[in-house]
Amino acid sequence: MKSKRRWKSILTRLRRALSFRKGTAKIGIYGPPNAGKTTLTNRIIHTFVDENEDVGIATEVPHETRRAVRREGVTIDLKAKSLEDPNPDLNSESKEKPKRGKAKLKLDVVDTPGLATKIDFHEFLAYGLEEDEAKKRAKEATEGVIEAIKWLDDIDGIVLLMDSTEDPYTQTNIIIIGNMEARGIPIIIAANKVDLVDATPQRIANAFPQHSVIPISALKGENMLDLYEEMARRFR
Amino acid sequence: MEIKMNLISEDKINSMTSTEKLRFVLDGVKSGDIVVLEGGLTSEEQMKLIELTMTEVDDDFSGIEMSGYPSKKGFLNIRKKTRLTVIGPAKTMHTTKKDKDFISAIISAI
Repeated sequence: MKSKRRWKSILTRLRRALSFRKGTAKIGIYGPPNAGKTTLTNRIIHTFVDENEDVGIATEVPHETRRAVRREGVTIDLKAKSLEDPNPDLNSESKEKPKRGKAKLKLDVVDTPGLATKIDFHEFLAYGLEEDEAKKRAKEATEGVIEAIKWLDDIDGIVLLMDSTEDPYTQTNIIIIGNMEARGIPIIIAANKVDLVDATPQRIANAFPQHSVIPISALKGENMLDLYEEMARRFR
Repeated sequence: MEIKMNLISEDKINSMTSTEKLRFVLDGVKSGDIVVLEGGLTSEEQMKLIELTMTEVDDDFSGIEMSGYPSKKGFLNIRKKTRLTVIGPAKTMHTTKKDKDFISAIISAI
């Protein structure tokens, strides 16, 4: 049975490898609640599609996104688009990269609900929601988690977003990474919220040394060029 | 209030199918028990456990807290060896510190 599963995994990897370069990659934005997934997705859309288009609303209330949203036909074209970085010194290594601003990638971007092992409606009461509303949100959030997990079967690559101010070594992060490795799906870790004073993106890099970790601020647009370059390199 | 811990050997876990394992774990946790699996769950099984848990979250059961050591690479770096996983009710168990070889958790009665 285990051997059958292993062969299935190898075949899946081969299928992905052969189909990946043909057309548009479906890239999932994954992570725990409040990591900034919708903010990142909106920034990608604003930068490369339409600055007035939002795929979702980003708020401080956890599980704001409770349905996966797929935005088709996004082209990350860094030759055609120059980006201003509000904090260009964030990643000193980036200054040495010779191919900066040349990447191109066609993708469908999928903004997913936050993954969690528990959803307690009481937590929403603290944000001022009425009890009925909180219970409804909790129910929808559980459905969102299931939907995010099911999307993994159709994803070609993921950007796993982590909050640089939080401990990255959570079971949810470990499970996502373990699943992607088992499926042979490429993964980039984006260490988000580096604009905050207590951000320590290096802690994320130390926790997951086997993966690319790009420090960014999706909110402020810091170091986005490095993330786009890495996405084009890994997901093309 | 007493909290029961179920410490399950790797042999027992290996004798179950994935579905049986997940049902066994979730039934135990929903009863308020802490379940410790010597051999652990694979990351795919842990993801399926989250999915199954989400179908059963309600006003009284808010979900699970799960901690485990990450898998180790096995023979020729192909097959991964799973390690200990501990799962408990989210209302009872709270992981306070965790790294690849160490888990610290507080178990408190409701």
